[in-house]
Amino acid sequence: MTENYSEIINEVVEQFGKDRSRLMDITRAVHAKLGYLPEEAIGLIPKALGIHRVEVRDMASFYAFFSREPQGRTVIRLCNSVVERMKGADAVAKAFEKAAGIKFGQTTADGMLTLEYTACIGLSDQAPAALVNGTPLTNLCPADVPAIVQALKAGKSPRELPQARVDLNLRQPGPVIFAPMQRGAAVRRALNMSPEEVIKEMNASRVRGRGGAGFPTAMKWDFCRKAEGGAHYIVCNADEGEPGTFKDRVILAQCPDLVFEGMTVAGYALGAVEGLVYLRAEYEYLLPSLEQCLAKRRSLGLLGENICGLEGFNFDIRIQLGAGAYVCGEESALIESLEGKRGAPRDRPPFPVQKGYKNEPTAVNNVETLCCAARIMEKGAAWFNAIGTKDSTGTKLVSVSGDCEKPGVYEIQYGMSVDALLQLVGGQNAQAVQMAGPSGQCLAPKDFGRSICFEDLPTGGSVIVFGPQRDVLECMHQFLEFFVEESCGWCAPCRAGTTLMCKMVEKVLEGKGTRNDLRQIETLGNTIKTMSRCGLGQTAANPILTTLRNFSNLWDAKVRSEDYVAPFDLKKALQEACAVTGQKPHAEE
Amino acid sequence: MAKPLVATAPFTGCFGCHMSLLDIDDRILKLVELVEFDKSPINDIKVFTRPVDVGLLEGGISNDENVEWLIKFRENCKILVAVGQCALTGGVPAMRNTVPLKECLEEAYLKGPTVIDGKIPNDPEIPILLDKVYPCHEIVKIDYFLPGCPPSADTLWAALTALLTGKNVGLPYELIKYD
Ligand SMILES: Cc1cc2nc3c(=O)[nH]c(=O)nc-3n(C[C@H](O)[C@H](O)[C@H](O)COP(=O)(O)O)c2cc1C
Ligand code: SF4
Ligand code: SF4
Repeated sequence: MTENYSEIINEVVEQFGKDRSRLMDITRAVHAKLGYLPEEAIGLIPKALGIHRVEVRDMASFYAFFSREPQGRTVIRLCNSVVERMKGADAVAKAFEKAAGIKFGQTTADGMLTLEYTACIGLSDQAPAALVNGTPLTNLCPADVPAIVQALKAGKSPRELPQARVDLNLRQPGPVIFAPMQRGAAVRRALNMSPEEVIKEMNASRVRGRGGAGFPTAMKWDFCRKAEGGAHYIVCNADEGEPGTFKDRVILAQCPDLVFEGMTVAGYALGAVEGLVYLRAEYEYLLPSLEQCLAKRRSLGLLGENICGLEGFNFDIRIQLGAGAYVCGEESALIESLEGKRGAPRDRPPFPVQKGYKNEPTAVNNVETLCCAARIMEKGAAWFNAIGTKDSTGTKLVSVSGDCEKPGVYEIQYGMSVDALLQLVGGQNAQAVQMAGPSGQCLAPKDFGRSICFEDLPTGGSVIVFGPQRDVLECMHQFLEFFVEESCGWCAPCRAGTTLMCKMVEKVLEGKGTRNDLRQIETLGNTIKTMSRCGLGQTAANPILTTLRNFSNLWDAKVRSEDYVAPFDLKKALQEACAVTGQKPHAEE
Repeated sequence: MAKPLVATAPFTGCFGCHMSLLDIDDRILKLVELVEFDKSPINDIKVFTRPVDVGLLEGGISNDENVEWLIKFRENCKILVAVGQCALTGGVPAMRNTVPLKECLEEAYLKGPTVIDGKIPNDPEIPILLDKVYPCHEIVKIDYFLPGCPPSADTLWAALTALLTGKNVGLPYELIKYD
């Protein structure tokens, strides 16, 4: 077998030019060929690359999509994110377990099927959903499951299943992102200016980053352009991992040209020779159409050498697939991952614009930001900044899911109130709205008059509606579980803090909490927020902290009046030992 | 005025925290002037003889006997202080929490490389193990927490004297900083 592996691995490593920075791709390819990463492979890959074994193990152990155990021919990854569970994912999970005769985390004895859970896969608007060997199945219901399992066990391709369809659900297109475009128009206009003038135009548009932090795009490009380095890079952040966000998926499916147009404009402005798209593994099914779009652009002279006839402007784009890790959306973790390492955030400074990909100046921008950039080039800064509010120019894509009649993507003008959005989506009777996903805030009706914009309620795009029947606190608990799972583990406040907090919250939700417990949860939450190293930890406590503020009535109703309640149950704690040793608990206990 | 009474408990720990208490050097003489010890391994008093002011707890809670005594400490002490990482979080003994108890026992008594004719002990006299090692505060209310493995003699001294003289127990940062 080792002989065999060795041949396969050497071939893969050759295919990627023995380039250590392509370790993600190499490992992905080996994983795809062998179905998992056997220990021998983890020994052979570094040999072929001339690196240490631990570098491969370190990387491979980090990502959810790399398995170290043999997996079934078909791997079903059912999404159990909050919205999916609101829409009945638990019942679907039970149906899968029953039909396959195994539990989640297991593989059938015949090696045909593996069942796994996965975090949000960007399909909350058509939940419950699952990825089957990468193919999305949507709008699942328990009754469909037996037929799905039967077909897959019989060796049918998941693509042939009736549930294998992804709806766009583009409910409201707007002028910036989803208006028709003319391929190449933005690039041509940019090439008629100097790179400095392009950045000036961006600056005049006052466009800010759409990925969450809202950093002014022109400033980022300017820093990057001016930073010294052997090469400059533009990176498109298509990791879209925030639960409830799926707007980048719709962009990539509907108008990838606009994204690549924006990247090419950025490439010109930064003086970059290469652009990289970091595409989350969950969106692998979009890859063929994206590659096709890139090929088309190359054939039209919009990518490659001497673009649009401009002597010396050489720029191309490569798509890098991720392997299932939310934290890789954080820009410095993303860069680590692009370099073929585990996705642990870096210390800053230096910032990516100074030392990013391969230690060279790198601008990381969200998919939607790059679309804005292209449109600004095409239509001008004045056109763009006439839309929206003073500090939030342009439109914003929101992905709305949860308890509403029309989940999907809406291109709204900045400044729209939460109330108006709820009207639009058919979610008027909302009890709460999760704005900007779990890392954002949970809003109560008293806040529904506030407006969506950087000045008031910023959002990366995730809006989750909780109807009147929803157990909001249980949803917050599930958000917290998500952060526990996704913490990269580098720093203690986030790694240990989120786990401790989760246990404390569980105690309260089980009816064993006191007022003192709530105070401690809040103190711990603030410690996690202020002491964590990156944005993940800094926002992980938000679901709990914002509901302690906005839904104190719900929390108060959960706690008991006693000074102290022990979560400990002696009888239960002794059961296991008694069963193993045959000892009997003392009578008075 | 009668001297304040102190009791100390060794639960599932390494006695390091008790050692640290003894490590206060000649201040031990001052301590003896200041307090009287009731139930404690230091003087080998096995039961509570009267209500106690301060109970110091070392170690996590790993068996039914620990639970029983922890509850007795709560009943008999006005103030309970969890001392050291084991009492606060389970500490080193809690490393077994990631392995099912059955596997731990089998490894120790049946499968271990030095085991001959192994048998998992089941004498009724032996305390029964809990499914995992618990921190003290999950079983009874704890009034103060002293982190450290062990907390230094200075930390223990500062905390104890503050408690006994009714002062504010806010300790300076240097005494509870560990990295
Ligand atoms: C845990 C975490 C996850 C993130 N995920 C994403 C993401 O999926 N997509 C994204 O564009 N930005 C994400 N960000 C923000 C990026 O770090 C970065 O700010 C952004 O890509 C910059 O692009 P922009 O200026 O165009 O918004 C994330 C940040 C953190 C802390
Ligand atoms: S805050 Fe969390 S995700 Fe970020 S570096 Fe620390 S442990 Fe990793
Ligand atoms: S905290 Fe450290 S010194 Fe104290 S009992 Fe535990 S292991 Fe020993």
